[in-house]
Amino acid sequence: MSQDDAERSLGIADYPLAEKQPNWVRTASGKSLDDLTLAAVEAGEVNLTDLRITPQALRDQAQIARAAGRPTLASNFERAAELVDVPQHVLLEIYELLRPGRARDKTALLAAAATLRSQYGASHMADFLEEAAEVYERRGLFSYRF
Amino acid sequence: MSENIRSKTYHGANRWQRFADWDERPLRLDKFAAEDPENGFAAFNGARDPRPGLVVEGGRIVSMDGTAAADFDVIDHFIAQHHLDLAQAETAMALPSEQIARMLVDVSVPRAELAKLAHGLTPAKLAEVVAQLSSIELAFAFSKMRTRKTPGNQAHVTNAKDDPLQLAADAAVAVAFGFDEIETTMRVARNAWSNALACAVGAAVGRWGTLFQCSSEEAEELQIGLAGFTSYAETVSVYGTERAFADGDDTPWSKGFLAAAYASRGIKMRCTSGAASELLMGFHESKSLLYLEARCLCLQRAMGAQGTQNGGIDGAPLAASLPGGVRELMAENLIAVWLDLECATGNDARHSESEIRVGAKILPFLIAGSDLVCSGMGSILKYDNSFNPSSFNGEEMEDFLVLQRDFEADGGLTSIDEAGALELRRRAIDALAAVFAELELGEPTALMKQSVAVASGSDDTDSYTPRDVALISDGIKARGITVLDVIKALARRGFRDEAQNLLNVVRLRVSGDYLQTAAVVRDGHVISAVNDPNDYGGPGTGYRLNEARRKELAAIRNVLTRGEVLRTEAAYAAAEGRRIAYKTLGPAAQGGPPDEIVIGISPAFGTKLYQTLAGHPLSAVLHALSEGIRAKGFVPRIVRMRHTADTSFLGLSAARLAGSGIGIGIQAKGTAVIHQAGRLPHHNLELFSNAPITTLAHYRAFGENAAAYARGEMPQPVVVPTRGVALGARYHAQVAFLYAIETSMTEDGAQPEDVEVTELEAAR
Repeated sequence: MSQDDAERSLGIADYPLAEKQPNWVRTASGKSLDDLTLAAVEAGEVNLTDLRITPQALRDQAQIARAAGRPTLASNFERAAELVDVPQHVLLEIYELLRPGRARDKTALLAAAATLRSQYGASHMADFLEEAAEVYERRGLFSYRF
Repeated sequence: MSENIRSKTYHGANRWQRFADWDERPLRLDKFAAEDPENGFAAFNGARDPRPGLVVEGGRIVSMDGTAAADFDVIDHFIAQHHLDLAQAETAMALPSEQIARMLVDVSVPRAELAKLAHGLTPAKLAEVVAQLSSIELAFAFSKMRTRKTPGNQAHVTNAKDDPLQLAADAAVAVAFGFDEIETTMRVARNAWSNALACAVGAAVGRWGTLFQCSSEEAEELQIGLAGFTSYAETVSVYGTERAFADGDDTPWSKGFLAAAYASRGIKMRCTSGAASELLMGFHESKSLLYLEARCLCLQRAMGAQGTQNGGIDGAPLAASLPGGVRELMAENLIAVWLDLECATGNDARHSESEIRVGAKILPFLIAGSDLVCSGMGSILKYDNSFNPSSFNGEEMEDFLVLQRDFEADGGLTSIDEAGALELRRRAIDALAAVFAELELGEPTALMKQSVAVASGSDDTDSYTPRDVALISDGIKARGITVLDVIKALARRGFRDEAQNLLNVVRLRVSGDYLQTAAVVRDGHVISAVNDPNDYGGPGTGYRLNEARRKELAAIRNVLTRGEVLRTEAAYAAAEGRRIAYKTLGPAAQGGPPDEIVIGISPAFGTKLYQTLAGHPLSAVLHALSEGIRAKGFVPRIVRMRHTADTSFLGLSAARLAGSGIGIGIQAKGTAVIHQAGRLPHHNLELFSNAPITTLAHYRAFGENAAAYARGEMPQPVVVPTRGVALGARYHAQVAFLYAIETSMTEDGAQPEDVEVTELEAAR
């Protein structure tokens, strides 16, 4: 596809991507769906990273969701796109921090937001955490639980 | 009188014994609760449910549902911030609830218009609207508003021992039944990895595309997903009050974060919420079940979840204990789909011990169709269901299949044949054993494998114990075994189809197509609310069974056909031929000696049909009737009627031919009548209408009574005791075939013929 990813404008007609726009579907290492064969798996040419979703696929799905009238689902896919490259242990740490009473005050949450923004370019998710910090403070969710 | 044993025992009772009968019904095991809105026991009208309202000033929300923005709790805030579309809200909130309620059931108002309207409605408004609908309107509106056109279903695959061999076998069977999703969980938490691997392998047997989840602790569930074993998650629970939420150890933001985290790993995710969870957790704020659930659902849409597992779920039994509680479950499901969420409509945790209540509860969802009719039907036996018994379990699977057939309603399932099921089980067990061997996780013996293949449930297996499983599970986790290792192991051991199927499911992640609303895989294609949207707009639109699917639903097990009835009768023919000979003597004469009683037999009696519905050879029945007549000093004469097969007319015609004026009419299926010349056709002396429970002794007594009437006596009628068995259900299909054979042999105006009967051997 000569079309630049960033300029893609997808709609309902492009769905499912794997069938309607297979050329746009690429793994993180640049493989196409057709490359992900059983023979390739047996030959050790496919690893788990090849079977992961990419930020681009999530942004494409966000466009489709928005076209289908589901803006909140689209926003979730956009936040997800920002998390694809965030390591698992970081994800779990932030999740834990968001649970009630884990952080003593909002600084820890704000710090996590800053990390997401600076290290992973996860600006939507950082906004999300900052919003949480404000509300947790107002509602006393930083109180000790166990 | 002597038969009624209880009447003797209870003659001295001071209670109407019907209440004692009712006490014994399974229904009375259910505990019902009184309405008490102040204490949270209200399905619809909570003591402190707010009035709907939204005040917006300068593009900012000032108050929502009576709460000022400054006082918003976490849920209010999240909904106001992420759910409400202020461009919609002003007009949407201004519409009277009654008008919106009517739009929900109006076929001319498109689904898309209503879905958009919901973006501008507050929780209290959504609740107020759906509360206006009756149960039938709720079901109808649900049918119109649900997201994906094609209905589906989800199964639980678990067992009491966490036995991986059984999980694999049961997963394969669930796939064969047509479940779009299967969900497992464990008795022992550390067995999660073993359960996940076993189900993933089992679900790859037969066909590909069934999505799979392993319900466990959030962090571990995500790790199992990352290793590629699972394809969806639905454990992201939300609650309708702030304190319940905190008590559940989460907040809207922690759950919203998880929603994004799952999507970032290419895993389909839906939230879970259901009526009465706040009540169970002790933080109901005196609000109704429906209002709290409206909050939960707005929250889920706000988070950007594609769907919800909703409709009581674990709270369903408590919700159902309230007046209107089951209607409320329907109402909350309607809000879910109105908010454009995929809905796995509960019908999992069994809400009642009454099979009638269970059947009634499923019906609206079955006939309306649902994205997933059950958010977990137990494909395994009740005691093997590690979640809890579901509304329908392995025991009741065929009841569900028959309900689909009865109503021509697609509940997502298809019958399986017995031989094929056993073959699938063996294949799944062998595939898992191959993976275990290849990855050095275990070597199940032939006995273990055989015991699991044929076992209905884990009580009957001689296989892995929970401790064995813990070691296997720890091994999978510690060694970092992933789905790719399993795919390679399957391929190396010759299970290439299964390897390919498993790879196909994992490959779905790359494009993320199955992250869209209500996505499932059918015939190798992802279908969802995007490319298979519910387009219901009145009769003839929306999901309709095509002829092929209709035939699939009809194809349940053990269906009677005319050919089968005839084959069965042919098998009896030879045996009867050795016992009795009928010789036609010619036209029957009118009136013989006064001690003569005519037995009028039907056209097919002994010529095409050979035994009664109770299974008595007709030779034995004729013998019994004749013996009874002779015992009272009368003489039987056998006459074959050819003009009728109707019992009354057989009997009346026989009576008119008889010298005594008394005749017995009998059909081949065993229905018999005593008649008297001069009576009206349907005003007989005695009738045996319940042929399936009529014994030879009854026929003999019938013969005696015929003779007694001929003597002018008034005998005690022979009563065939019926104990309320649904004989129609058991026999009428057969009766219709048998009777059609009789009527096809009748000929208008044909004369009755005398028949000489010779008993060849003892016919009794």
